[in-house]
Amino acid sequence: MASTELIRQHLIDPEICIRCNTCEETCPRDAITHDANNYVVKPGMCENCSDCIAPCPTGAIDSWRRVATPFTIDEQFGWDALPAEEVPGDEAVHEADIPEEVARLSALASQGQGGQAPPPWSAAHPYVGLYTLAKPAIATCSGNLRLTAPDAESDIRHIVLDFGQTAFPVLEGQSLAVIVPTGEGRPPHVRMYSVASPRNGERPGYNNVALTVKRVTQDRSGTAVRGVASNYLCDLQKGDQVAIAGPFGTSFLMPNHPGSSLIMICTGTGSAPMRAMTERRRRRLARDEGGELLLFFGARNPDELPYFGPLQKLPSSLIDVQLAFSRLADKPKEYVQDRMLACGEKLARLLGNDNCYVYICGHKQMEGGVEGAFAKICETQGRDWTQLRDQLRANGRYHVETY
Amino acid sequence: MSGINYSERIPNNVDLASNKALQRALERWQPAYLNWWGEMGPDKSQTLDVYLRTAVSVDPKGWAHYDYVKMPDYRWGIFLAPAEKDRKVNFGTHRGDPAWQEVPGEYRSTLRRIIVTQGDTEPASVEQQRHLGQTCPSLYDLRNLFQVNVEEGRHLWAMVYLLHAYFGRDGREEGEALLERRSGDSDNPRILTAFNEKTPDWLSFFMFTFLTDRDGKYQLAALAESAFDPLSRTCRFMLTEEAHHLFVGETGIGRIIQRTCEVMNEHKTDDPAKLRGMGVIDLPTLQKYLNFHYSVTSDLYGSEVSSNAASFFTEGLKGRFDETKIGDDHQLESTEYEVPDVAADKIVSKHVPALTALNERLRDDWIADVQKGIDRWNRIPEKAGIPFRFKLPHKGFHRRIGLFTDLHIDPEGKVISEADWTHHHAGWLPTEEDRAFVHSLMGRVTEPGKFANWIAPPHQGINKQPIDFEYVRFS
Repeated sequence: MASTELIRQHLIDPEICIRCNTCEETCPRDAITHDANNYVVKPGMCENCSDCIAPCPTGAIDSWRRVATPFTIDEQFGWDALPAEEVPGDEAVHEADIPEEVARLSALASQGQGGQAPPPWSAAHPYVGLYTLAKPAIATCSGNLRLTAPDAESDIRHIVLDFGQTAFPVLEGQSLAVIVPTGEGRPPHVRMYSVASPRNGERPGYNNVALTVKRVTQDRSGTAVRGVASNYLCDLQKGDQVAIAGPFGTSFLMPNHPGSSLIMICTGTGSAPMRAMTERRRRRLARDEGGELLLFFGARNPDELPYFGPLQKLPSSLIDVQLAFSRLADKPKEYVQDRMLACGEKLARLLGNDNCYVYICGHKQMEGGVEGAFAKICETQGRDWTQLRDQLRANGRYHVETY
Repeated sequence: MSGINYSERIPNNVDLASNKALQRALERWQPAYLNWWGEMGPDKSQTLDVYLRTAVSVDPKGWAHYDYVKMPDYRWGIFLAPAEKDRKVNFGTHRGDPAWQEVPGEYRSTLRRIIVTQGDTEPASVEQQRHLGQTCPSLYDLRNLFQVNVEEGRHLWAMVYLLHAYFGRDGREEGEALLERRSGDSDNPRILTAFNEKTPDWLSFFMFTFLTDRDGKYQLAALAESAFDPLSRTCRFMLTEEAHHLFVGETGIGRIIQRTCEVMNEHKTDDPAKLRGMGVIDLPTLQKYLNFHYSVTSDLYGSEVSSNAASFFTEGLKGRFDETKIGDDHQLESTEYEVPDVAADKIVSKHVPALTALNERLRDDWIADVQKGIDRWNRIPEKAGIPFRFKLPHKGFHRRIGLFTDLHIDPEGKVISEADWTHHHAGWLPTEEDRAFVHSLMGRVTEPGKFANWIAPPHQGINKQPIDFEYVRFS
């Protein structure tokens, strides 16, 4: 069984090592051993204390590979050279690995928060740009489920991609780029999707991720348009292969410290990162780590609200779900900002808590309403929202991804 | 304690200050050492700033500290590996006794001789290599040479400390004599023959560090097993430094092979004359140098069958390589070991009591280790698609000590006549012409990042510095 939690495995480069035994002599854990061929590091024994690094006369000891499954010592004994690195090392991950199109989309998406914000202080370190447009990871579609009712206007799907033996570590809030082939000699079509599953897999312990994809059939003004990537994804059959770049995103990440609370505000497929974060917290419920989850989720009606069913089943001890429907026949239109105002006191209390983090994801047009609601709530407390927002953002507590 | 006290004149982790007599004795030896370094250490190097590794403590985090230093200011000192609690004697008749913190009277002269012999090799190699800096193929290599030199100097300190601390006046006199003998001096030579050979060029230097420093590794490892605990701890720390020397040798030759293979493929030729014309060392010449250094170094292990070696072991003075990891009785009274023998002009083998074959056993351990290095070298032509492979000559080839002394053995292990030897040896060992050719390549490259034509750049720099780092500064 593959794990999505990548291990940074300590190895010794057999092409550089001179078999001087210094490392084996030095290791305080007896994690290094050798046979007639190679010196090797026992996975699971090495605690990365680095005691062996400086004494090594060759630098061979300073070798690392990110792997889903560690190489056994028997595998290592057989090597003449280190296996090719499937993913670039730490040093290689920098801005240049982020495709231009991805960078542009990311910048647009985070405009609503006033530019790039730092992640929460307790966020896990994200892997970024392990796979590029030129060297993508290949995933296999292992599930494609319609989330919206069969007769609902919008076709929103829950798509599960399995990476098999390929390492593709993602954190909740990160995204990936789907590369749609467009035919010989033409640049591929690239679209970004937030991951809807938590870090240890859509199915815990499996190397898979889920996406929430809405089939685009018209543009914002209602003109008929066939979305290239969304239709490609929504039409995926089980077993189809998909080229993926990523992961991307270093800011829109969830806090990991016990007692941290999340305010999540989303519409439509903007629910993907919220689902990932909620699912992460749900899986850890038994640990009783404290903190609250407060979700504002807007859609036209329950049939068009992705994950409506599963959301209803979440225990209220885990999450406070506030749904806003704008097209219910017998009810006045309600938007997320209306639900926010209705929960003004709770929001005010949470905003005042340093351990509370705000996430907004969805249509760009929701930004104004959400900000307005926050401003009103602040006003009742005698606080200035703009000032508070900038402060929250600077502290990694305010994250916006809108499109 | 692992921290090194650098505030004292002689950096140490042996609490030297608490033994005033010893401290004064070593402080008197120190200026004599510095004089020796000035006179016999690396030529014209006194003012250079060299990017060197210096131990600031003997624990893993502290002993590989890098900075620029002028070599005469290098902090030579006395560093012992941390004491192993309740260490026992692990072999021989005293097996199971607590390890000795003082020298037992009955082993005093033998131990002194062992320490002096080991100690003598350290300054000897510095002397042998003193002119190499003038012909360095790069700043990177120059720095590595100097690192080897200062550490050999420190190994001398390690042995002199033992002599001063545990052998009284005799020891102090031996300490002085270690600074008086000179490599290659006909009147007062170094003790072991291999350390009186010249190291006239960088190919010889790399072969020396690959083969002869590897003998050092095996000798030190055998002494690190000693029942005499201060010797054991001293050698254990020296071994850590020795690894760098082996690295310099193995990668130095590897880079020469690499460069030659590149030129062979570029010009699609294996003709030695053509290759020499293009300024690289042809592979058969490298093989001849290997044959020479291998056989000369092999002599350092002594006779195949030796009663001295047996008593060193029985008495607990010198163990086998990895003694404590060997799963036997560590007494060797009833076991046998296979050694070579010559019968009717044929090399055969015979079984002798294992105790008497300890020299041969240590030699065999060394050969196995050398062979692995050769295998790694051979991957270079293999990768380049060149059929040439390096091969160790037979153990009996070109030997001056032990069973084969008076015999002529070809590299394949065939006993041959003197006439055959005379006729063929120029194909097996470097000739004057070969040496002159290699010598002719030795220019001096001191521009950062540049390398002499006959050697490829290394895979990576020292201490993660770039290859074009200014490893030596000429100010």
